Amino acid sequence: MSKKRIIVVGNGMVGHNFLATMAESEHASEFELITFSEEPRLAYDRVQLSKYFSGATADDLALTTEAEYDDSGITYLKNEKVVSIDADSKTITTSSGRIEGYDKLILATGSYPFVPPIPGKDQEHCLVYRTIEDLEDITASAKVSKTGVVVGGGLLGLEAANALKAAGLETHVVEFAPRLMAVQLDEGGGKLLRRKIEALGVSVHTEKNTTEIVAGEECRYRMNFADGSFLETDMILFSAGIRPQDELAREFGIDIGPRGGIVVNDYCQTSAEDIYAIGECALWGGMIYGLVAPGYQMAKVVANHITDTLVKLETPALSFEGADMSTKLKLLGVDVASIGDAHARTAGAQSFVFSDDIEEVYKRLIVSADGKKLLGAVLVGDTEAYGTLLQLMLNDMDIPGNPASLILPAMGDEEPVGLGVSALPDTAQICSCFDVSKGDIAAAVQGGCCTMGDVKDATKAATGCGGCAALTKQVMDAELESLGVEVNNDICEHFAYTRVELADIIRVKGYSTFKEVVEGHGKGHGCEICKPTIGSILASFNNEYVLKDDLMPLQDTNDIFLGNMQKDGTYSVVPRVPGGEITPDKLIAIGEVAKEFDLYTKITGGQRIDLFGAQLHELPKIWEKLIAAGLETGHAYGKSLRTVKSCVGSTWCRYGVLDSVSMAIALENRYKGLRSPHKIKFAVSGCTRECAEAQSKDIGVIATETGWSLYVCGNGGMRPRHADLFATELDDDTLIKYIDRVLMFYVRTADKLQRTSVWMENLEGGLDYLKEVVIDDKLGVCDELENDMTRVVSTYQCEWKTTVESPEKLKRFSHFINAAEEDNNLLYVRERGQRRPATELERIELVELNEKR
Amino acid sequence: MTDWTNVCALSDLVPDTGVCALVEGKQVAVFRYGDGETIYAISNYDPFGKANVLSRGIVGSIGERPVVASPLYKQHFDLSNGECLEDDNVSVEYFPVRVENGVVQITSAVTA
Ligand code: SRM
Ligand SMILES: Cc1cc2nc3c(=O)[nH]c(=O)nc-3n(C[C@H](O)[C@H](O)[C@H](O)COP(=O)(O)OP(=O)(O)OC[C@H]3O[C@@H](n4cnc5c(N)ncnc54)[C@H](O)[C@@H]3O)c2cc1C
Ligand code: SF4
Ligand code: FES
Repeated sequence: MSKKRIIVVGNGMVGHNFLATMAESEHASEFELITFSEEPRLAYDRVQLSKYFSGATADDLALTTEAEYDDSGITYLKNEKVVSIDADSKTITTSSGRIEGYDKLILATGSYPFVPPIPGKDQEHCLVYRTIEDLEDITASAKVSKTGVVVGGGLLGLEAANALKAAGLETHVVEFAPRLMAVQLDEGGGKLLRRKIEALGVSVHTEKNTTEIVAGEECRYRMNFADGSFLETDMILFSAGIRPQDELAREFGIDIGPRGGIVVNDYCQTSAEDIYAIGECALWGGMIYGLVAPGYQMAKVVANHITDTLVKLETPALSFEGADMSTKLKLLGVDVASIGDAHARTAGAQSFVFSDDIEEVYKRLIVSADGKKLLGAVLVGDTEAYGTLLQLMLNDMDIPGNPASLILPAMGDEEPVGLGVSALPDTAQICSCFDVSKGDIAAAVQGGCCTMGDVKDATKAATGCGGCAALTKQVMDAELESLGVEVNNDICEHFAYTRVELADIIRVKGYSTFKEVVEGHGKGHGCEICKPTIGSILASFNNEYVLKDDLMPLQDTNDIFLGNMQKDGTYSVVPRVPGGEITPDKLIAIGEVAKEFDLYTKITGGQRIDLFGAQLHELPKIWEKLIAAGLETGHAYGKSLRTVKSCVGSTWCRYGVLDSVSMAIALENRYKGLRSPHKIKFAVSGCTRECAEAQSKDIGVIATETGWSLYVCGNGGMRPRHADLFATELDDDTLIKYIDRVLMFYVRTADKLQRTSVWMENLEGGLDYLKEVVIDDKLGVCDELENDMTRVVSTYQCEWKTTVESPEKLKRFSHFINAAEEDNNLLYVRERGQRRPATELERIELVELNEKR
Repeated sequence: MTDWTNVCALSDLVPDTGVCALVEGKQVAVFRYGDGETIYAISNYDPFGKANVLSRGIVGSIGERPVVASPLYKQHFDLSNGECLEDDNVSVEYFPVRVENGVVQITSAVTA
C-alpha cells in the first residue's frame, strides 16, 4: 500500500499537536505528513506568548524544531500560505504556486484578532496580539510610547495590559461591557478584579464605545468615545476577541457557520469529503473553542479517525463531545478562575457568595436546585479550591457536606474541606492540556513511575500550563500509597526524615553536632549519605570550621582534606579568583607553586586555575605559599559557592552598561564559604550580550540600562536549564537582598544534592511562589533568611588558613600516621610538558621497567 | 608470638575517622569507631578505585555492620572483616588491633 498523504494547513498549536500525534502513532509509517505554515517559523506556544516580554525568546516558546520534524519525517514549508483548495481533484495551491495532492486535508488555521471597524484603526501604533511578530511590533512601539491603551478587558486584553505595564507604560484598559472578563466572571468577581487591577496602577474604563481614533494633543492619538469622553494615548492594542480563520473554507465551498467558523461534525469532518477542521477555526455544536485543550482533543479525534478508517478499517473509537471551558489564571498578578456555569444560567440554579473586602477575595459557587451538584464557580483573589471544584463539576459528583464550606476560609483548627483524590473516578481528567486522566496517572505509577519527574515524562501531565501539578502529585501519591509503596523520602536508613525536615529540626533545636541529631532523631552510626547531608546543614546554619573534631567525620571525600580527590588519591588545588580577575603577581605565585611541586596546571571552566597531583602531605605546604601570596581557598571541593564568573564589563568593554567585574567580586566575596545542598555557581554580565553566560547559572545577573536583572535556577551540567528571570531594574542593595533570600530559602528547603534548577522544578508553585516568598515576603521569613545569611557572611574564614595555622590538624596531612614515607602506588608520565597519572597499561610497563633496573 | 606494631596514640585518632598506617610494609587503614576504644584496621587499598584511599572514607553503619565508604566510588567495606557489601566476591585484608596503655597496636598476622 502506498503511503497516504496528509496535508495540514497551518502549523499552530493544534496543527502541530495533530502532526506529533500522527508521527508518534504506531501506524506512522503508513502516512506521509506535510504541513504549511503561513508564519516564518514552526509551531510555538501561544499560550505562553506573554513570557516573551519577560525575556523568553522565540526559541524558548518553540514547541518543536526543524530537526525534530526532519527526524519524524514531517515535511514542512514555512512562509507558505495555502491559497486555494480543489476538493474535486484533491489538491491545494500555495502562495508560491506550489500544487500538492492529498488523501486527507486538515485545516488548522486558527483564528485572527478581531479589530472593531473604528475609523483610524489602521495607523502605525495600532496593534494586535497574536504572533511573535506582533510582539516584536509591540516592543518596538512601546519603546517610543509613554501611554498605552488595550481595547478589550477580556482574558487576552488583561494579559496584554500586563505586558504594556511591564514595559513601563502608563496603561489603560478600555472595555465595551460593564465589567472585566464578562465571559468568565459575574458582577461581583469582575468588580473585585477591577479593584485589584486598578490598585496595580492600570486604569480601567468600562462601558466605553470607541467611535474614532484621531491625532492627539498630549499623546500621539486621541480615542473618542460614544459618551463624549476621550482618552489620549501613544499606542493602542486591540484585543477585542478572535475570529475563526475560515477564509479558505469560505472561498472554496466548505460550509461556514452564520457567524463564521468551519462547520464540523463529531469527527471534526467538514462538509467536504476528506477535509477536516480542528482548533480555533472549527465550529462544533455552534461553538468556537478559544482554548488550546479542546483543540488538542479535536486533533486526537481526527488522528484516531484517520487511522481507524484508513488503516485499521474499523469504526472510529473517538469522537469530539465538546469541552469544558473552565480556566484558572493569574492576570496582572491576580488569581482568577471561572468554572462551568459561572453566570448561573441553568434553570433553578442557586448560589453561595463569599466576599471579603479586606483580604480581597471573592468566591461564588453555583449549585443545582437541590443543592447537591456543583454547576459552576467564580473565584477571584484565591483560587486554591479550583482543582477540587472543577473535579466535582466535571465528574458530576455529590458535594461533600455543606456547599458553603467549599468556599469559606478554614477557621481555627478546622480541616479545610478537600476532595480526597480517591473519590475521583478513573476517567476524571486531571490534566486538560494533555487530556490525562486519573487512570492514566495511576497506570503510569503502576508501571513504575514514582516521582513527579517520571509521571511527567510518562504521561505529559503537568507539562503544559502547569495548573494541574498539585492534583497530579496527589493522584500519584495516593496511587503509590494504595500500591503499598510507602512514599519514602527518608534520606537513609539512619533517619526517617527528608533533608528539608532535618534542616528544620536542626535549625529549630539549634543543634551543632551530628551526635545530637542522631541521638535525638536517628539511629545507628550514620553513613556516607546522612553524614555529609547533616554536615552541610550544620555548616549552612552555624558556619563553623569544617574540620573541627566533631564535624570532621561528616565531611565527604573532598571536604575532609579540603581538596578534590583525583582518581589516584592525590588532590587538586584551586585558589579562589573572584570574578576571574587576577593580578600578575598572584598569577606568578600560582605558577611558582605549581612549578615547585610539579603540579599539572589547567585553566578551569570557571575562570580560575586548577593544580592537580598534590599529595596529602604537600597540601599544607602548597597552601602556606598560596596564602602568603594573598590567595585563599576556592572551595572547589565543597558543596558551596564555586565561582562567580564575569565578563569584563563597562570598565573596558564598549558595550558594557554596568561594572560587572566589581559586582561579581562583591558577590563572590559575600557568598564564599556558604555551604549549601549542592554547589552554587553565579555569573555577572555587563550587558545583554551575556558574555558571562549568566543565564546558565544558579544565580545570574545581567546589567541593563535600568539596573540589574536577576536570573535564578539555571544549570549547565548534565541537564542544562535556562535560568528564570526573577526581577529586573534592581539596584545593588536590592539585588543582594534578593540573592540572600533566594539562597537561604534554597538552603532551607532543597533536598540533598539538589541543584537550584531541580529544586525550582520541584517547588510547588514554582517561580511565582518563589517570587511571593522572596519579593512579597508571603511566608514572613525574609528577615530570618537575611539574618541567617548575615551570620554566614560575618563568620567566614578561609579554611586553609585556619588549617595551616593548626598543628593538631596538620598531623592528618601525611600519608602515614606513623611514617614519613609517601604513597608508593603513584605513577606518572609526562605529556605536553606536564605530568599526568599513568594509565593502567603504562603502569604495567613502568613497573616492569623499574623491576628490571 | 604475635608481633604488634605501635601505630599511634589513641588520642591521635579523631572519633569516627580513619588514618593510614605503615605496618610491616603494608598500608593499613585504621579507624576509631565511636569515641571509645573500638578500633578497626583493614587494607588501605581500594580494589575498585585502585588507589590507597580507604582510610579517608566516611565511617558509619549499615544495619548492624560497621563500615567505611570508599571516598572514590562509595562501595562499603565491613570494618570487622574487610568484606565488600556491594560485591560478595570482593574483600580486603583486615588486621587484628588492640589498644595498650593508650597506644594503638596492629599486627599484620595473616587473617584471611
Ligand atoms: C575543574 C573543572 C573542569 C575544568 O577543567 O575546567 C571541573 C571539574 C570537576 N567537576 Fe565540574 N568542573 C568544572 C566546571 C564545571 C562547569 C562549568 C562552569 O562552572 O562554568 C560545569 C557546568 C555548569 C554547572 O555546574 O551548572 C560543571 C559541571 C559538573 C557537574 C554536573 C553538575 C550538574 O548539575 O549537572 C559535576 C557532577 C556533580 O557536581 O555532581 C561536576 C563535578 C566535577 C568534579 C568535582 C568531579 C569530581 O567529583 O571529581 C571535577 C573535579 C575537579 C577537581 O578535581 O578539581 N562538574 N563543572 C571545572 C572547575 C570550575 C571551577 O573553577 O571551579
Ligand atoms: C496571548 C494569548 C494567550 C492565550 N492564552 C491561552 C491560555 O491561557 N489557555 C488556552 O487554552 N488558550 C490560550 N490562548 C489561545 C490558544 O493560543 C489557541 O487556542 C491555540 O493557539 C489555537 O491553536 P490553533 O492551532 O487552532 O491556532 P493557531 O495557534 O493560531 O495556529 C494557526 C496557524 O495557522 C496559520 N495559518 C492560517 N491560515 C493559513 C493558511 N491559509 N496557510 C498556512 N497557514 C495558515 C496561522 O498563521 C497560524 O500559524 C491564548 C492565545 C493568545 C494569543
Ligand atoms: S557581556 Fe557586554 S559588557 Fe560584558 S564583555 Fe560582553 S559585550 Fe562587553
Ligand atoms: S492542565 Fe495544563 S499542564 Fe495539565
